[in-house]
Amino acid sequence: MIEILSYPFMQRALIAALLTGLIAPAIGTYVVQRRLSLLGDGLGHVALAGVGLALLTGTAPIPLAVVACIVGAIVVEILRQRGKASGDVGLAVLFYGGLAAGVFLSGISGVGAGGLTQYLFGSLTTVTHNDLTLIGLLAVVILAITLGLAPQLYAVSTDEEFARTQGLRVRLYHIAVVSLAAVTVALAMRTVGLLLVSALMVVPVAAARNLVRGFTSGLACAIAIGVLTAVGGAAASFYLNAAPGAFIVLLAIAVFVLSWPLSYLIRRRRAAAVLPELADDDELIAAHTVTESHPHRHAPGCGHQAVQHGNHTDFIHEGHRHAAHADHYDEH
Amino acid sequence: MLLEASVVLEAEDLTVELGALPVLRGVGMSVRAGEAVALLGGNGSGKSTLVRALLGLLPHQRGVVRLFGFPLRDFRNWSRIGYVPQRSAALLGGSKVKEVVAAGRLARRRPFRPLSRADRDAIRQAIGQVGLSEQLNDDIAGLSGGQQQRALIARALVAEPDLLVLDEPTSGVDLDHQRVLAEVLGGLLAGGASVLVVLHDVGPLGPLIDRAVVLSDGRVAHDGPLGDLGQQRHRLGGHEYLDHGRPTPHDHDEREQLLGGAMDP
Repeated sequence: MIEILSYPFMQRALIAALLTGLIAPAIGTYVVQRRLSLLGDGLGHVALAGVGLALLTGTAPIPLAVVACIVGAIVVEILRQRGKASGDVGLAVLFYGGLAAGVFLSGISGVGAGGLTQYLFGSLTTVTHNDLTLIGLLAVVILAITLGLAPQLYAVSTDEEFARTQGLRVRLYHIAVVSLAAVTVALAMRTVGLLLVSALMVVPVAAARNLVRGFTSGLACAIAIGVLTAVGGAAASFYLNAAPGAFIVLLAIAVFVLSWPLSYLIRRRRAAAVLPELADDDELIAAHTVTESHPHRHAPGCGHQAVQHGNHTDFIHEGHRHAAHADHYDEH
Repeated sequence: MLLEASVVLEAEDLTVELGALPVLRGVGMSVRAGEAVALLGGNGSGKSTLVRALLGLLPHQRGVVRLFGFPLRDFRNWSRIGYVPQRSAALLGGSKVKEVVAAGRLARRRPFRPLSRADRDAIRQAIGQVGLSEQLNDDIAGLSGGQQQRALIARALVAEPDLLVLDEPTSGVDLDHQRVLAEVLGGLLAGGASVLVVLHDVGPLGPLIDRAVVLSDGRVAHDGPLGDLGQQRHRLGGHEYLDHGRPTPHDHDEREQLLGGAMDP
């Protein structure tokens, strides 16, 4: 761990990964709640138009990608709010238009489509000091809004009509959510890449839902998973010489897959914790094991030793105890 | 005490078209302070559309809506209104009961401020009122239909509203839940609040209702005491909304009983 921190490029890479891991699930929670899980993927395509423009004009790619993404996100949201029947097709045109524009612009800039690869799949180790400053600033804004306005954003994303009867400006909040998602996508093109960022917005959120109960806990848990997988993936890929973006996403998916059996165990433990409270006689409920077919009828003087057990009588039967329960005997 | 109760909700000549289809055709109605008004009518008569248009959830093509004296577009004081939509708790899966209920407090909260002590107390109290204190931290998706409905009622109560608007709160809910609802509404009315409730049939809420507005084909077909409906039953075609209602001359006494004598004479 000491070695990895001695390289300035790795320091920047880890900080960028940390910030991405923080913001992607934070905004992703609301995006998933609104069932827009694939929004990030589409916006990734639109961001390429910004990258293409940056390559052509010789400017920094992140700011232009941010702008392109926000414009695309707002167009998507307006299409959705208008409820156009062609909204679906509109989205497709927008997304592929963005992709085509990116490839086209990078082509005439002389870089060629190959120059886009580092943005598609991320290139953590090329994060510059300026990139990091911009990512840091925007991450603060995104966290301030996603956490500070959590009650409002929660209401708007879960029950839009009710939110309106609370006097919330629902459209404004929706535009804020998709715009922040757009910024996140553009920022993440350095870390996990435009094609994979959507995974970091969705997968930790899905895993968190399996692990904890409630919206607020889900948000916190998703952010924790995001940070752990992003930083862990970035560090591990350094030692394994793997592609960091891909490794981060695979790690997140591994956590998601593990969350299924874990959620089963958690639910069982919760159920076990509740049972004794409900039971009047803990022992009776905890030990409700029904005997195999039992033709013999126990009664005082039947030949088996009778033992007083709580509020009933057990009969010693071949080394264990039987208790009458309705039409059968329980093992006590 | 005011001699004439003020009007908390008012619609004049309200016309709503969905697509090109007119659903409400010049509806006029009002709810006065402290009054419980039932909105009745068969399927497709426009009850839910009316409620949603009154709250500004649907645009209207013609007419005026006033909430507490303000035209809809100038109305800001949303904490005065509690809204219980037709059961939509399915959308809220993944939320704890207390999180769902807390959302009803938003009209009283400012952005970027944490829950105040008053907010927390109101949330706990509203959940207690509907009898869900034990389920405070449960996922709402794991509750029964009646309990989900009650959580949505708590969400509307938590703002401590002056007008509660409920859209079919009794549909698909068993009698026990309906009785809890009747108790809650009785308590609100006793405190001087108003209620507008869309009902398919009157059920246990009957004794609480002061006035019934009956919609038929997007128009007001009746507006008056519930008891008067009996005589008009045949004229209105014997809709089912009367089948379980108990429009008797003793309604007022029953209501007083339900309120536990809390009503001023």
